[in-house]
Amino acid sequence: MSLFPEHAHSMIDKAPGLGAVASRRAYQVRSLRFHYHPLNRGAASWVLDGLTFDVDAGEILGIVGPNGSGKTSLLKLLAKVLRPHAGDIALFGRDLGTMPQVEVARTVAFVPQENPQVFSFTVMETVLLGRYPHHHGAKWSAGFGWESAEDVLIAEQAMQSTDLTHLAGRSVMELSGGERQRCMMARALAQAPQVLLLDEPTAFLDLQHQIEICAIVRRLKEERGLTVVLVSHDLNLASQYCDRILMLKAGALFRLGPPQEVIDADVLRAVYGCDVLIDRHPESGVPRVTMPQYRSAKNLGDRL
Amino acid sequence: MALLVVMSVALLLICLQFGTQWIGLSQIIDIVGQVLREGTVESDHIGTTGVILIQVRLPRVLLGFLVGACLASVGVVLQALLRNPLADPYVLGVSSGAALGVALAILLGVGTTVVAFSVLPLCGFAGGLLSLVVVYRMAVSYGRLPIHALLLAGVILNAIFSAMIMFVTSIMEPNRSVGTMTWLMGTLTAPSYPALAILACYLLGGLFLLVKQARRLNVLTLGEESARSLGIDTEHVKRVVYVLSALITGAVVSVSGMIGFVGMVIPHAVRFLLGADHRLLLPASACIGGMYLVIADTLARTLLTPAEIPVGIVTALAGGPFFIYLLMWRKERFA
Repeated sequence: MSLFPEHAHSMIDKAPGLGAVASRRAYQVRSLRFHYHPLNRGAASWVLDGLTFDVDAGEILGIVGPNGSGKTSLLKLLAKVLRPHAGDIALFGRDLGTMPQVEVARTVAFVPQENPQVFSFTVMETVLLGRYPHHHGAKWSAGFGWESAEDVLIAEQAMQSTDLTHLAGRSVMELSGGERQRCMMARALAQAPQVLLLDEPTAFLDLQHQIEICAIVRRLKEERGLTVVLVSHDLNLASQYCDRILMLKAGALFRLGPPQEVIDADVLRAVYGCDVLIDRHPESGVPRVTMPQYRSAKNLGDRL
Repeated sequence: MALLVVMSVALLLICLQFGTQWIGLSQIIDIVGQVLREGTVESDHIGTTGVILIQVRLPRVLLGFLVGACLASVGVVLQALLRNPLADPYVLGVSSGAALGVALAILLGVGTTVVAFSVLPLCGFAGGLLSLVVVYRMAVSYGRLPIHALLLAGVILNAIFSAMIMFVTSIMEPNRSVGTMTWLMGTLTAPSYPALAILACYLLGGLFLLVKQARRLNVLTLGEESARSLGIDTEHVKRVVYVLSALITGAVVSVSGMIGFVGMVIPHAVRFLLGADHRLLLPASACIGGMYLVIADTLARTLLTPAEIPVGIVTALAGGPFFIYLLMWRKERFA
């Protein structure tokens, strides 16, 4: 069995109301609504309100938007960690709502922003946890069974992809932030997923580790055809590494398209309520966001 | 694992020799052989020494092993579920909740004697489960369980339950209240063999069901959302493990009172020696926890011969300082 099977399955059942081009779409999201507190029914309490979009198979989609715009909630809905209150999500043409969680886990791997670990599991043991959904067959082996040689092989491949092989025997509690993030990505890859969901994969990482993580993500897409959906606060990072960007504003889709269309001074002013400078990345030519120079009220007055 | 089992058996044999009266290993083998051959445990056949060994010391050592194994295992699973290496049924107030349940049952005359195997374990279960739920509810905030909130919740609950237990014992008849006090301090008393057998089936069954969750517990230490995204029904696993923990703690407390810190000291030591994988950690902690309590109880029996110290005092004196050490070490490392 190869680590990353072809992502274009033959898809059998279709979610209601979804098109027939299912197999080329990793996700089809229709009129998605979600809120955290079921009793608080005011219109303002919707975290996500009527989202409709597709995620193409094999693309890197960046979800950006201000704090509290629903980015992380959307990612968790795609992972089925949260359930929507209305609307449909189809995963490669199958209705996510009726798919057993363990089947979702064989297709979709989710890496949360924070990965607290208080016990000294080794990196290898942690990566092997990603094999759990593939052991769900017999009840006993699901709860207690040990990993097979094949599992170990897949875990080793995943560690290789994330440049962790030399740390396999190390305790995860001794890892640096960047190493820990890579470890969690390797754990996700051990699931042999077709879709990788990353929540702020570069938060709290220094420059070198940010570049490292982004390079790994690109490589996974190019070499294995992995679909990646990532949430990020870093507009420049999203602009540079994502094929398309989904801009959320207050739980609604504001703009979806290639970086050139979304990272735009007008869009950012409308969404974030502030003015920024936009120029081009010197190498790739994608839009680049720069914070404007601080001007005191006095200087502003002079200019006026 | 096999090594641990061999070590456990060897340790049981060694500890059987100690006591008010020294019984040598060869004598033990003689007596056991005689009992097995003749199928009787009457004193006419095996002598006073035989009675001490077979009717007093052996069941007590076996009970100690069982209790220690259970406390250590419950400690392991509570730590995994709460993602907190300081969790322990005693520290979290589960033991005192169970003790309150049992003390109330004794007060109301539901059980005849302190070690009676009747509804007492069930009352312990109810009390233990209640305190688990309360501690969890008190400590949880926005889906997280901060370590200090959890410990504080346990401390508060312990204080409340202790007060209620003291009240309950204070209104008992004097002769009953003395027995209850001794039991509360954590005492192992030799049970009858049928009682021991029932208890063993019940507890080993519980441990078996816990071990069946070992792999899921591994995944759960990643955090609940990660675990759910890996295909685990986290709510189901949590419910199963909490209820099993309360059942086991309730039964253990109803026979041996409040024996503290075993559930915290042992998992720590075993993690240090064998790693954090629950498939190994859980059975190994059970074995080593059993051995630990047998040693502690041997000390309790022999240190002040012919008087006995409640074993709960021995484990608290050993475990308390260890807890302080961990708390300070963690502070240095994480805060």
